[in-house]
Amino acid sequence: MQDILLVSDLSKTYASGFSALRNIHLAIRRGEIFALLGPNGAGKTTLISIICGIVNPSTGTVLVNGHDIIRDYRAARSMIGLVPQELSTDAFETVWATVSFSRGLFGKPADPGHIEKVLKALSLWDKKDQKIITLSGGMKRRLMIAKALSHEPQLLFLDEPTAGVDVVLRRDMWELVRTLRDTGVTIILTTHYIDEAEEMADRIGVIHKGEIILVDDKSELMRKLGRKQLVLQLQQTLKQVPSELSAYALELSNDGCELTYTYDTQSERIGIVALLKDLNDAGILFKDLRTTESSLEDIFVSLVRDDQ
Amino acid sequence: MNIHAIRAIYTFEMARTWRTLMQSIISPVISTSLYFVVFGAAIGSRIPEVGGVSYGTFIVPGLVMLSLLTQSISNASFGIYFPKFTGTIYELLSAPISYVEIVLSYVGAAATKSIILGLIILATAYLFVPLHIDHPFWMILFLVLTAVTFSLVGFIIGIWADGFEKLQVVPLLIITPLTFLGGSFYSIDMLPPFWQKVALFNPVVYLVSGFRWSFYGLSDVSIALSLAMTMAFLIISLTIVAWMFRTGYRLKS
Ligand SMILES: Nc1ncnc2c1ncn2[C@@H]1O[C@H](COP(=O)(O)OP(=O)(O)OP(=O)(O)O)[C@@H](O)[C@H]1O
Ligand SMILES: [Mg+2]
Repeated sequence: MQDILLVSDLSKTYASGFSALRNIHLAIRRGEIFALLGPNGAGKTTLISIICGIVNPSTGTVLVNGHDIIRDYRAARSMIGLVPQELSTDAFETVWATVSFSRGLFGKPADPGHIEKVLKALSLWDKKDQKIITLSGGMKRRLMIAKALSHEPQLLFLDEPTAGVDVVLRRDMWELVRTLRDTGVTIILTTHYIDEAEEMADRIGVIHKGEIILVDDKSELMRKLGRKQLVLQLQQTLKQVPSELSAYALELSNDGCELTYTYDTQSERIGIVALLKDLNDAGILFKDLRTTESSLEDIFVSLVRDDQ
Repeated sequence: MNIHAIRAIYTFEMARTWRTLMQSIISPVISTSLYFVVFGAAIGSRIPEVGGVSYGTFIVPGLVMLSLLTQSISNASFGIYFPKFTGTIYELLSAPISYVEIVLSYVGAAATKSIILGLIILATAYLFVPLHIDHPFWMILFLVLTAVTFSLVGFIIGIWADGFEKLQVVPLLIITPLTFLGGSFYSIDMLPPFWQKVALFNPVVYLVSGFRWSFYGLSDVSIALSLAMTMAFLIISLTIVAWMFRTGYRLKS
């Protein structure tokens, strides 16, 4: 099936001369949750803003479900829902009025039933007649999501949806995003919480200094870049690692109680069995062992740091 | 045509109007009444009739125009500036809506409001002085054309402005002098010959003249010229708006 979003050779140079995006190529599959990661100022919001029609691209094309965002902007935009990073709302409107307004703006006939469903899903139903100014920050964030969902988009952009949302609501929001995905909505989100991407995304893209430096399946990414460590707690302290074990590049803790073996999950032979046998042969006994796995966060940090 | 969007914006803007109805109506009504007290009664009683109508009656079309111009500009400029200021403009820019539709709904709402106000002021004036409208069709036509044209001007100012000061500055420094010197309170032929020539460069002269003609059949310039000039301003404003949207001027980076 055709990709729901196809970004080709997209670049953006702001009027200030600042080059915010360079030769972006990105294809988003229908029905996936795609997490866009990158440090502050990487260009995430710029990319989303161009796709949604808020910022003009300098070069390149964007197709939404095959519709060019400039030539065929009506068809392209009516498929898109956007929850921007900034909280901006009309203070004196009611929740109900502003969400209904969004639906109309996107060319859909009024449908109170759908608005009710959206407000309930975002726990805003009891606030529907309140003025926006009386809502808390987290409620406003949810209101902006409700506005974006009001016109039943096929492609939903969430630019840092969980910034300023409490832990419980964050879980609820993840749940909501998954429910949306199950109904066929494709979701692109940016986040600074790596656990969020790790928890939710099917695929992950990393953008850094205006370039996409990596796009991969989350599991593939974890497998490729993930490193595992085996930590052995020794029965007796060691002064140094015996020379016959040097091939394993073991690390000995300062107190001499722990040996750490780092291995690549990708490599053909992991070597744990051999290591344990060689340890036994060298007369080193251990009382406990554990393995640790690098998180997406470690991967991300190492990627961005390597690039600097 | 995205009819749903036009309706959504228009009703949204009109809701803003109804919310602030009292202040939007009361202040022009009070200031108009003051004009009548000062110019109509206090000073006007010492001024002879102009073209066969009493001075108080003479100034009514000019006063309506004065409010129509200032209200159109302030409604429309505020209507589009505010979303820029609060950031809610993102939604407008990302919606499947054309520039024509945006202009139609914002300018339509602003013009509707100022037309309502113009009619209320006319009704207020009726309480003070005798009025008659010789050409009601033309009266409505000038009312609508002026409201639309100056709502467009307001829209342009709202997009151009990047601060509340700028929003105030253009109406204050340009529009107010033009309206006061535009023959609201006098007939151009009361001016010395040199200033009569200068006055012809003031666009407001044509609007006031045409509007007054529709009431009393009195005009400073021919009605055809008034209409032609009004249409010309409309077209100039439309051209500027079209250019702004095509280039994304102050809306998109
Ligand atoms: N209107 C603008 N004019 C000039 N430069 C801009 C403009 N908007 C953004 N930038 C610059 O473009 C770069 C990318 O900004 P962008 O907002 O896309 O980053 P981001 O990845 O969303 O960051 P964050 O995680 O902080 O939200 C930044 O260096 C920013 O300063
Ligand atoms: Mg951002």
